Amino acid sequence: MSYAIEMRQIRKEFPGIVANDNITLQVEEGEIHALFGENGAGKSTLMNVLFGLYQPDRGEIYVHGEKAVIHDPNDATRLGIGMVHQHFMLIDKFTVAENIVLGREPKKNGVLDMKKAVKVVRELSEKYGLDVDPEKKVEEITVGMQQRVEILKTLYRGSDILIFDEPTAVLTPIEIQELIEIMKRLVHEGKSIILITHKLKEIFECCDRATVIRRGKNIDTVKISDTNPTELASMMVGRKVHVQVNDAPYNPQGKVLEIEHLNVADTRKVEVIKDLNLTVHGGEILGIAGVDGNGQTELIEAIAGLRKTKSGTIKLNNQDVTNQRTRKMIEAGLGYIPEDRQKHGLVLDFSIAENMVLQTYYQKPYAQMGILQNKVIAKKAKKLIQEFDVRTPSEKTHARALSGGNQQKVIVAREVDRSPQLLIAAQPTRGLDVGAIEFIHGKLIEEKKKGKAVLLVSFELDEILHLSDRIAVIYEGHIIDIVSPKETNENELGLLMAGRKKGGNEA
Amino acid sequence: MDPEPLFEKGAEIMSFFEILTIIIPSTLLTAAPLIFTSLGGMFSERSGVVNIGLEGLMAVGAFTAAVSTLGLEHAGLGNASPWIAILIAGAIGGLFSLIHAVVSISFRADQTVSGVALNFLAAGLTIFLVKLIFDGKGQTPYITHNIDKVDIPGLAKLPFLGPIFFQQVAYTSYIAIFIAILCWFIVYKTPFGLRLRSVGEHPAAADTLGISVIKMRYIGVLLSGVLGGIGGAVYLVTITSNYNVTTIAGQGFLALAALVFGKWHPIGAMGASLFFGFAQALSITSQQIPYLDRLPSVFMLIAPYVLTLIVLTGFVGRAEAPKADGVPYIKGQR
Repeated sequence: MSYAIEMRQIRKEFPGIVANDNITLQVEEGEIHALFGENGAGKSTLMNVLFGLYQPDRGEIYVHGEKAVIHDPNDATRLGIGMVHQHFMLIDKFTVAENIVLGREPKKNGVLDMKKAVKVVRELSEKYGLDVDPEKKVEEITVGMQQRVEILKTLYRGSDILIFDEPTAVLTPIEIQELIEIMKRLVHEGKSIILITHKLKEIFECCDRATVIRRGKNIDTVKISDTNPTELASMMVGRKVHVQVNDAPYNPQGKVLEIEHLNVADTRKVEVIKDLNLTVHGGEILGIAGVDGNGQTELIEAIAGLRKTKSGTIKLNNQDVTNQRTRKMIEAGLGYIPEDRQKHGLVLDFSIAENMVLQTYYQKPYAQMGILQNKVIAKKAKKLIQEFDVRTPSEKTHARALSGGNQQKVIVAREVDRSPQLLIAAQPTRGLDVGAIEFIHGKLIEEKKKGKAVLLVSFELDEILHLSDRIAVIYEGHIIDIVSPKETNENELGLLMAGRKKGGNEA
Repeated sequence: MDPEPLFEKGAEIMSFFEILTIIIPSTLLTAAPLIFTSLGGMFSERSGVVNIGLEGLMAVGAFTAAVSTLGLEHAGLGNASPWIAILIAGAIGGLFSLIHAVVSISFRADQTVSGVALNFLAAGLTIFLVKLIFDGKGQTPYITHNIDKVDIPGLAKLPFLGPIFFQQVAYTSYIAIFIAILCWFIVYKTPFGLRLRSVGEHPAAADTLGISVIKMRYIGVLLSGVLGGIGGAVYLVTITSNYNVTTIAGQGFLALAALVFGKWHPIGAMGASLFFGFAQALSITSQQIPYLDRLPSVFMLIAPYVLTLIVLTGFVGRAEAPKADGVPYIKGQR
């Protein structure tokens, strides 16, 4: 029997790193095959080899049993391989239909036939149950629909082997369910799917088999029905995975952060934080639970000094810091792990070492008389890289070249190392794999044990429940209730997040 | 009681209609080179390559047009000489723009620096060649066959519209407007246009769909060279008639401004070029227009530039350049 895709002994080296070390992948016809591994394990590299974006140094590829040489995406497309990219490859200003037909446009006398394009797209989207509006511009549609456009791009080109590169990273829980349905339908229609992921939940919901890779090497290929999440997780990380639970005794100390009657407006000048009161003590992790868009972002930005408040006070260590400059806040003892690590956490084109001293570069010993002490900075960076297990060829590597998990470790290392009185962690584990999540959770708990205050904002209820000493639920810009994780459950939190207080009253 | 007449009867006062018959043909004349050149810039920047070298491309075009017209006249081609010269200038402009293409697309150098280099190179090279060809003189002789202002047969006789739009105009102006519409069609209605815009917006996306980013960008820059060369040539054969170091003096930058003002849209660039043409026409014809002739002429001379500044700072609003404009494309970069 021949495989839909067979990659034999693929090897791909980059300067300083072996991304794929003799990896073999066999995907059967009509299955959903998971390619499972940590961030930076080499999953994307392997798929980019398959899609023709990288040339392997060694190894062979067979498509439907026939040997194939794939020089570029054109070759891959001709062989029926389509890729749904993690970072969507869509042109915002083009319509859905234009994005889909680009490069293979229907023509009438040499002129673009957009009517036909719209019709073809509509037919395709109906056939596979992918709800899109072909005439809308991409910038006007939701992320979930953008992903369906990406899928349609591959179907329009007649692909029968679809690669999904971490497709759920950008989706909401409902959109994830929809995507899983779509993938099942595609397989039903005779397609084969490779799903790149590091999320166990997805694998057990829709995959038939999984190939696990770790640090560029093949670990095993297993049938999902023969394994369990714990086993698969340890295969990926290479050791037993412990779920980090905040089991240190809860001994709240003095107030570190006090927010009183805070009002904040968002960029459109709409008031999104309304009369919010909140206190965080030393030695506790306070989790803020809530549905995305209830003011979490603006609250954090106001505390971090990145957004002006309209009224109310913010006190850090009994010192009024309302509307202070960010540097003052940092010097007053604020640590901040931002929501969007690439936009706000790192300067992607700086080296890791430079990123490590973004807040402290002007202080001794990193600067002497206004001159950067690069040797000192490099030494510090090396120490942090080791301590926080950042996987990188060197401290000189640009932050851009790291995987998401390692980028996040750089930020956590920088923030935790300054030992701030208050550490804000906004979505600290979004898009990360089990190993990295475990590591970061451990660090947050350590900070608590040291008597620091930790403010954790997350959309993942599991994360909130596992880590928090107290849970504050935010709804439409104010704290609707504060509950203890021991006395609550997901259902109750879910109701609170939807604005219903105990007893079923609308808040 | 009769209302007091605004002007004394029989006074030599121009009617509004007459003012239009002076200023509109002049606008059309001065706008034509800007239209061609800004359309050239449009192709380059739509493909994602900033082309600040339009000035240099116009200079090369004007120089080529001067030398070729003189040569063709000498060969006895008469009135056809300037027309053929424009085509030659387009070809040479295209060749010259390849420098920018190689440097900024293949070698991924900074596009602004490369464009500036193009301008310096054009200024130096053309004058050097003028001195070489014309025995050390700083400027070329005047061409004898330029493209004259004519009455367009048929249309010129239209009542009202005829004298305003179709008398004493150069064919090049209408060719420019036609080319602008053609460019709009190419950019928005053909597969080529869709691909060109795609590499200027999101080259990685285009690449994954099998579109060659390098090829599309080369074509974009090449077209900017051809149209910039034609723009310079038209300027020479319709307006200045000889080439020296001050011939182009800012026309290329004005075309660049028209491109931004027109929001990188062919019809917008044409409209903006016409506006800048109008500003220049105002300063050229002000001495014939009542009231304006009383202003010190220096005001009218700086008017085009002041108007340009005001428009660019005040009225453009959020000018949205193609997203990847000015960003070299490197395969496989995250």
